[in-house]
Amino acid sequence: MSVMSIVEALNTALVEEMRRDERVFCLGEDISDANGGYGGAWAVTRGLHDEFGAQRVLNTPISEILIAGASVGAAMAGMRPVADLQYGDFIFCMMDQLVNQAAKMCYMSGGKVHVPMVLRAPVGASTRGAQHAQSLEGFFTHVPGLKIVCPATAYDAKGLLKSAIRDDNPVIVFEHKLLYGGKRVERDALSTKGEVPEDDYTVPFGEAVVRREGSDITIVANLLMMYRALEAAEELEKQGISCEVIDPRTLVPFDYQTVINSLRKTKRLMIVHEDTYTNGWGAQLGSYIAEHEIYLLDAPIKRVATYDVPIPFAPVMENFVVPSVKRIIDEANQLMKA
Amino acid sequence: MKLPKQEKALSMYRSMQMIRKYEERIYYLFLEGAMPGSIHQSHGQEACAVGLLHDLKKGDYMASTHRPAGHDLAMGVSLKSMFSEMFGKKNGCCSGKGGAMHTGDIEVGAVPANAIVGGNIPIAVGMAMSCKMRNTDNVVISFFGDGATNEGSFHEGLNGAAIWDLPVVFVCENNQYGASTSIKASVKIDNLSDRAAAYGMPGVTVDGNDVLAVQKAAEAAIKRAREGKGPTFLELKTYRIAGHSRSDACAYRDDDEEKEWFSRDPINLFRNVLLESGIKESELDAIDTELDEEIEEAVEFARNSPDPLPEDALTDVYWKGAR
Repeated sequence: MSVMSIVEALNTALVEEMRRDERVFCLGEDISDANGGYGGAWAVTRGLHDEFGAQRVLNTPISEILIAGASVGAAMAGMRPVADLQYGDFIFCMMDQLVNQAAKMCYMSGGKVHVPMVLRAPVGASTRGAQHAQSLEGFFTHVPGLKIVCPATAYDAKGLLKSAIRDDNPVIVFEHKLLYGGKRVERDALSTKGEVPEDDYTVPFGEAVVRREGSDITIVANLLMMYRALEAAEELEKQGISCEVIDPRTLVPFDYQTVINSLRKTKRLMIVHEDTYTNGWGAQLGSYIAEHEIYLLDAPIKRVATYDVPIPFAPVMENFVVPSVKRIIDEANQLMKA
Repeated sequence: MKLPKQEKALSMYRSMQMIRKYEERIYYLFLEGAMPGSIHQSHGQEACAVGLLHDLKKGDYMASTHRPAGHDLAMGVSLKSMFSEMFGKKNGCCSGKGGAMHTGDIEVGAVPANAIVGGNIPIAVGMAMSCKMRNTDNVVISFFGDGATNEGSFHEGLNGAAIWDLPVVFVCENNQYGASTSIKASVKIDNLSDRAAAYGMPGVTVDGNDVLAVQKAAEAAIKRAREGKGPTFLELKTYRIAGHSRSDACAYRDDDEEKEWFSRDPINLFRNVLLESGIKESELDAIDTELDEEIEEAVEFARNSPDPLPEDALTDVYWKGAR
C-alpha cells in the first residue's frame, strides 16, 4: 500500500498496463517528457517515455481529429490506445470520431469489429474561462456505445483506468483538474492523496460506492462535487441532518441499485454535479428514480448543478455558478422542509 | 502499358465486371422497390477499386466510404453477404445493422465503410499505426472522394501519417462532383494531388478509368508503404455512371462531359486491352456469364434469407466478444 495523488495513481495504472500488455500505448499533445517536454499537460504521463520510448508515448500534432481517429483505427486493428486531452473542452474538435466512429463501429459491423480505446479528459472549472472549464460527462452519457468513467479518488483512478484499458469498448475517463493533486498549483485544489494498493487490482464499472452513511438525505455526487457533498454532510450532521453520500464512479454503466437501496432508508434524493443543470447526468438519474421508484420518495428530487451558463472567468462569478458547499447545505435544508 | 500475366489480367477483369454487374443489379432491385434505404453506386469507378486492391495480402486493411460496394467486392467480401446486407437481412455482412453505406467484413480486411465524408482518413492512420507497431509490413488503403479533401480530417490525417512515416495509401477517387457540386467550385487547383506536397509525401494524379495505370501507381505506393517509407497520396480521376445517390438524376452534369467520360468506360477500356493482347472474346464472355449466374444466386440467397428479429437491434451496442 502506498499513499499517492490521483496523478500518481493514473501514472501508475498506465505504467502497469503498458508493462502488462504491449498493445497499450499513449498518444496526445505534449504527453512525452523527452527533450524538455511536459509529460502531459497535467503530468500524468511523466516518466513514461524513459521506459516505453517515443512510439508508445506518442506526441501528436495539435490535431484532435487525428488523436481520436487514430485511436479508433489503432484499436480496431488490434492495439489498445490511451488518448490524452489537455482540456476536456477540446473534445468537441473530435466529436465525429467519438460519436459517429468510436461509438458506432461495433454496432454498424454487427458486432464483428470492436474499439478498445480510452480517452482521458480533464474537466472542471479552474479559473481559466469558458473554454478550459466545462464538465462534459452529461453530453457523453447520451451516446450509446461509449462508457463514461469519473474517478474521484486515487484508489479509483488506478482501478478504473485499468478497467478502462482492459475494456473492449471505447471508454472516456473524465478527471477533475482540482483533484489531480499534482505539482501544478491550482486555486481551490483538494488533496486527494489516498492509499493505493501496489497490487494489480481493478475497479469494476457500474458499481457506485457509499462514501458516507446517513439516514435523512441521499446525495449522489461525482468528482469534485462528491467532496463538496461530503463537506456539506459534515456540517449538516451538526444541524441534525444525516446525509448519505454516494459516488457513482461510472455514469455509463450507472449503478441505480445502490441509489435505490439508499433511498429506501432516506426517502430523499439530492443530485449534485458540476455539469450544467439542463440535461446534466442528474436529469437522467432523477427521471429514472421518478419513473421506477417514485413511491420511495417523501419529497421532490433536488438537483444542485452548475447554472446553465458557460463558465465565467472571474473567481467571484465562477464560484457563484458552480455548486458550493453552502449551496448544497441550503438546498439540503430546503429538501428537509419539503 | 505492360499487361500483367494472363491469369491475373483475367482475375482483374472478373473483379471489375463483378462490381459492374453487382451495381447494375442493385439499381434494378431498387427500382423494383425490393430494398430499403438509399444507394450510392460505384459503377464507373471499378478501375480504382481493382487497381488498388487486387494485389493486397492478408493482414492489409481497406477503409471505404458511403460508396463502398466496389471496394468491398474487390477485397473479397462475398456477394451473398453484400446483397443480404442491402436487403437488411440477418446474414448480411453487418447483420443488417449497417446497410448500404457501412458494408465491409473485417475478416477480409474491409473495415465497416464510413458514411461521414473524410471520416475514415484518421482511422486509416490509426490502423497503419497498428501495422507499424506490430512490426508487420501490412498496409492500409484509405479511399475517399474529391469532396473529402476539404474536410479537416483529411488535413489532420495526412499530416499525421506523413510525420510518422506510416504505411498508408490515401486514394482520392476524384469523380468530379461532391454530390452536385463540381470539384472546380470547391478547390482552386486542377490536381488534388498537388496537396500532397504540403504534407511532405508523394502525390500522383492518375487516369482512374485505366486499371493498368491505377495498378502501376498503386504498386509503387504500396511498395513504398511496405518498406516503411511512408504514405502516398493518389488522385484517381474518374466518373460515376449513376448519380450521387438513388434520387440524383445528375442535372448538374452536361451531356458532352458525360459522353466524353462514358466513351472511356473502364471496363470497355480494359476489355479492349485484353482482346488486343490476344485473349479470346469467348473467354471474357464466359466470365460474364458465370458472374451473371453468381449474382442471381446471391440475390436469391439474400431474398430468401431471414430477417433479423426486431430485438436484435438491442445487441452489439457494446462488444460481447469474437464470434
